Amino acid sequence: MLKTKDLLGLENLTKKEIELILDTAINFKGVFTRSVKKVPALRGKTVVNLFYEPSTRTSKSFEVAAQRLSADVIDITTSMSSVVKGESLIDIGKTLEAMKADFVVIRHAMAGTPKILAENISAAVINAGDGFHEHPTQGLLDLYTIRENLDEIKGLKVVIVGDIGHSRVAKSNILALNKFGAKVTVVGPPTLIPDSIKEMGVDIEYNLKKALENADVVNILRIQLERQNKNLFPSLREYTALYKVTPEILKYAKKSVLIMHPGPMNRGIEISSEVVNLKNAVINEQVTNGIAIRMAILYLLAKANK
Amino acid sequence: MQKILIKNGHLVDPAQQIDGLYDILLEGDKVVQCSNNINDNNAKIIDAQGKYVFPGLIDIHVHLREPGGESKETIYTGTRAAVKGGFTTICCMPNTRPSLDNVPSVEYINLKSEKDAVCNVYPVGCVTKGLDGTELAEIGSLVQAGVIAISDDGCPVSNAFIMRRALEYCKIFDIPVISHCEDRDLAQFGVMNEGAVSTKLGLRGIPNAAEEVMVARDIILAEQTSGYVHIAHVSTKGSVALIRDAKKRGVKITAETAPHYFTLTDFAVEGYNTYAKMNPPLRTAEDVAGIKEGLKDGTLDCIASDHAPHTKEEKNKEFDFAPFGIIGLETELALAYQELVLKEKLSLSSVIEKLTKNPAEVMRLKTKGSLKIGFDADLIIFDGNEKFKANNFISKSSNSPFLGWELQGVINQTIVAGKVVYKS
Repeated sequence: MLKTKDLLGLENLTKKEIELILDTAINFKGVFTRSVKKVPALRGKTVVNLFYEPSTRTSKSFEVAAQRLSADVIDITTSMSSVVKGESLIDIGKTLEAMKADFVVIRHAMAGTPKILAENISAAVINAGDGFHEHPTQGLLDLYTIRENLDEIKGLKVVIVGDIGHSRVAKSNILALNKFGAKVTVVGPPTLIPDSIKEMGVDIEYNLKKALENADVVNILRIQLERQNKNLFPSLREYTALYKVTPEILKYAKKSVLIMHPGPMNRGIEISSEVVNLKNAVINEQVTNGIAIRMAILYLLAKANK
Repeated sequence: MQKILIKNGHLVDPAQQIDGLYDILLEGDKVVQCSNNINDNNAKIIDAQGKYVFPGLIDIHVHLREPGGESKETIYTGTRAAVKGGFTTICCMPNTRPSLDNVPSVEYINLKSEKDAVCNVYPVGCVTKGLDGTELAEIGSLVQAGVIAISDDGCPVSNAFIMRRALEYCKIFDIPVISHCEDRDLAQFGVMNEGAVSTKLGLRGIPNAAEEVMVARDIILAEQTSGYVHIAHVSTKGSVALIRDAKKRGVKITAETAPHYFTLTDFAVEGYNTYAKMNPPLRTAEDVAGIKEGLKDGTLDCIASDHAPHTKEEKNKEFDFAPFGIIGLETELALAYQELVLKEKLSLSSVIEKLTKNPAEVMRLKTKGSLKIGFDADLIIFDGNEKFKANNFISKSSNSPFLGWELQGVINQTIVAGKVVYKS
């Protein structure tokens, strides 16, 4: 049983709770191969997708997950403009509560917003990514994918490549992987890796080849194209020259290295197309697993909030 | 004229190097006698047995919000919060709406204070018109209207040339240029201290360098112009080191810090606590130690609250959207007493000096900050043993990270210009 009303991040989940989520997801993944890909577990429940930032993968993944559990889904794609107009997050939350939403899945550009919402409404709040803070379901689905492919997470060397400082995916991955005893190395230009990330229990590297030595898993983050205008690196061309993951550079890693990417990809920038097509690339599996993980989360939170 | 005799109290008056049992006789709005065992049959007696008596405290960094921000605070409520906190004199910052960059606005503060204030209010004027950092305000006219310092507080004077000119020009009036030290290019859109906590929370950080680069610049400018700069709300160990070094060289510089910078670290922000959001931000334990060191060795001259009220609605928001600032008048003395005197073992006299004598000197208040004969009859009676819970603020706002804390040290009475304006 989960003990929390909401899923705000992985920081405060125990290893046991995470294992429960992963194990539950295995069962739900089994549903996908049936002719009727649906179970009645959440019939009569309402899931609201409240996305303040553009998203295809995550919002659709939650939608599919909810539908496969027989819940009703409402999509509210709020542009930032409604906030500018003065509509407060808390008031939107209260409106959804008045509509008797059981779950609110929130994506927001600002860190900490799911927590504010959770404190102000009785519905279960699921963090679908808040600023540079956390993206817990992504962390869970990455962990699930690693476990499914490599069995034991303990002792694995996992390398996360790219814009670590601005990445909620990196944060949730680091938090989850550390709980399971993996060794995490982050690599990228120093302008994108705050020194203080060390205190989350990771090694920092600036050289991709060196970072990849003996790696079991490489998780390649999407580079936000707009970052180059903020002097975080001089140009995409230069970023690509230094940090693009190619088949050649992967020779420094273990032969069986598992290749992951949370998507959406910038092919030819942080990852080459050849790498995407390698047989140990599990980028599409991550998408499938994401649905199973989100079903598990919805299911377990519904049970916890009964 | 009405006489008040405060008897049997333990007077701490650093300007007179007094730290012992003294009686104080007030007549009208002046101190007429300060010595052992005064008797006067015509005076109203206040027995301060077992209590401390301090000269009225002076807070040189207060945002009263009036005009323009009356939903947050007013002169009426802010001065009542001040006297509850033991302050008999406060200096109000010019980032009101309209800002105090013009004579009518300053006169409004003076008139409104006459009507509504229960303590002395001295306005601080703007350095630049509209606080926008490009054109000097009419500082001479502002001084004539009653401002006792200038500052673009809330905004830094980013342009070094303007800062240079302000420091030079203010030599005419012998007033401090108060500098809010923040390099906006380095601070970017930061909302808290840059470090492990900001990384974990995913919030944009403000590095120590954003403050220190500006402190260094202002020291150099003060040195070259022989102008007088006062550094507001020092928050980092590095700033303390820079100021210490400048003072050794004889630069005309003074500095203040606020109770939250010697009491809290950036861990207080955890959970996205907007009541721990202020600018400069709460720093690390190392910085807190540096601030305490600066208070101990006299590098930091004053303790000031940077009292910055905001409404509940404004603060109960996404962390990024919530405004910077916390209130402080009603917790300041207790925090200084508890954190510095009781825990850090600074002498009570050295702490009271930073709340009386030193701020009076910074602001050139020649008859305040002490109970010398002929000085203003502003004093407080303080009980160092009594505790209180920090809630039920008199301030219109309650945006304090100390909300709900139990604090030691209660103000029993506050006397301003010979009149009791507050009793606990």
